[in-house]
Amino acid sequence: MGKSTRLAFGETIAQLGELYPQIVVLDADLSKSTMSNLFAKKFPDRFFEMGIQEANMIGISAGLALSGKVSYACSFACFIAGRYDTIRVSVAYNKANVRIIGTHAGIGIGEDGTTQMGLEDISLMRSLPNFSVCQPCDEIETRELIKYSVTHNGPMYIRLTRQNLDDIFDDNYKFEFGKGVQLSDGNDAVIFATGSLVSEALKASKILKQKGINLRVINIHTIKPIDKEIIIKSARECGLIFTAEDHNIIGGLGSAVAEVLSENYPAKIIRIGLPDVFGESGTPEALYKKYGFDAESLAVKIESSLKK
Amino acid sequence: MYTHKELQRIANELRIDIIKAISRAKSGHPGGSLSAIDIIVYLFFNEIKRTKENALDPDRDRFVLSKGHGVPALYSVFARLGLITNEELMNLRVLGSRTQGHPSYTDLPFVESSTGSLGQGLSVAIGIALAGKLDKKDYRVYCMIGDGEMQEGQIWEALLSAPKFNLDNLCVILDYNKSQIDGYVKDVMNLEPIKEKLIAFNWNVLEIDGHNFAEIEKAINQSKTIKQKPSFIIAHTVKGKGVSFMEDKVDWHGKAPNEKETELALQELKKLLDING
Ligand SMILES: Cc1ncc(C[n+]2csc(CCOP(=O)(O)OP(=O)(O)O)c2C)c(N)n1
Repeated sequence: MGKSTRLAFGETIAQLGELYPQIVVLDADLSKSTMSNLFAKKFPDRFFEMGIQEANMIGISAGLALSGKVSYACSFACFIAGRYDTIRVSVAYNKANVRIIGTHAGIGIGEDGTTQMGLEDISLMRSLPNFSVCQPCDEIETRELIKYSVTHNGPMYIRLTRQNLDDIFDDNYKFEFGKGVQLSDGNDAVIFATGSLVSEALKASKILKQKGINLRVINIHTIKPIDKEIIIKSARECGLIFTAEDHNIIGGLGSAVAEVLSENYPAKIIRIGLPDVFGESGTPEALYKKYGFDAESLAVKIESSLKK
Repeated sequence: MYTHKELQRIANELRIDIIKAISRAKSGHPGGSLSAIDIIVYLFFNEIKRTKENALDPDRDRFVLSKGHGVPALYSVFARLGLITNEELMNLRVLGSRTQGHPSYTDLPFVESSTGSLGQGLSVAIGIALAGKLDKKDYRVYCMIGDGEMQEGQIWEALLSAPKFNLDNLCVILDYNKSQIDGYVKDVMNLEPIKEKLIAFNWNVLEIDGHNFAEIEKAINQSKTIKQKPSFIIAHTVKGKGVSFMEDKVDWHGKAPNEKETELALQELKKLLDING
């Protein structure tokens, strides 16, 4: 098991602080959880502890960005995406170089339950003009994405996990903004996955391989702007299409893929995500099992859909 | 009515339940549950007098825990009153249990509102108080907020609005334990001077020791005599109260004690029961 993507973020931003004096980081009483405290320790003058004031933090981040800084505003995904109109006007409409860092994505956080889970954040951020939406799937991809984010032009939403994730990439990995990444070959079915569900999808492909089913796994780290080409191509080449994300099935990756295909290559899509419910308390493992997010459940679902 | 001594005993017994439940769940928020429990016990046992029978009565007094992460304190009271079973209390945060990690109104309506995203419960409490005025009911609404929570902008919007509506049926209690997650409130985002701010906002303001039942009682009783104004009780408390190694320690905000720590905590709390009779 590798690191959580929030830890990879904290370590990377603390390193980048040396190279880029324009980086400023803000947090709202969760710096030990978002891991922005690693930056705070090294660069106390460029770290702003806001207390429990997410809206104010976002506004101040926008002001800093409009004055030449690149602001990283950090909190749990639910609380920060919850300050929507502030993000909409002060950040998106201003096209301010704010990086909204939303950690504790999905039901994968476990016991704390619904109010601490970011479950609708991709949907919300995706519908804001000027915004890019990214979700890395392991430590190295997070590191590369954060490096990229410093010089990106325009606001970004970056969604990170609380839980540790398997390592998928090595040091040779080249992050390309806006491009899907094919992780396994196969033409029987394709699954577009993002964030924590990428490694589950890869493990599912291994289970299925033993049964003679070749699953193509595609990691979508940039949900907006989405890689239309890889989606259309894979849909053409594979019979069955799945999407998988730890997020409400409404408005997230599944919707983004459906939008692309319905206009370009109409096909049936099976979306895996939270079925428009709020989540609940439980261990991360029990929750992933209950909602069909673990590798075994994914494999069963794909196999049974192929038989139909 | 319970004597102060009886209330103290109940609160300390519930401290034991809180530690047990969080320890079993292996996660949760002991610090802010232990700082809040004395006030919550006073309210439920001597003021709003919650019973199984009146728990959903439209005329009941309400208590909204705006600092929702302190919910083990509330569940421990619910279990004591028979609103939930002891097993449910001990199944805190378990998949399928009504005792969710933060208050869930749809799972357990006795919490009065889902909370856990800080800053929201006070506005909901004002709504409930306004409805009481509209419907000419004489129930009272109590709402507990955290000091870190008080940094939220929505809290200050709420503090502006309750006096405008002359909500003398509303009483807010600040669990002023001086501590949040990233450190002490005074360092993270200072709130002081609180009393002067609230007086300027047209509240009836009281200041007490939130672990002293005589002072809690006096303040609640005084708040009921004030007409046309909402009341705000600044209750000075100690985070982690009752467990020496948790007291005033920022680190005990949101983590469960391990087996050894649990044993130590329970020993101390049991000793408190012996001393206080
Ligand atoms: C809107 C929001 N932001 C952040 C959090 C995460 N969080 C949970 S508890 C807490 C600290 C609360 O401090 P305080 O209100 O003083 O509570 P207490 O010390 O009484 O436990 C934070 C930041 C949250 N629950 N809601």
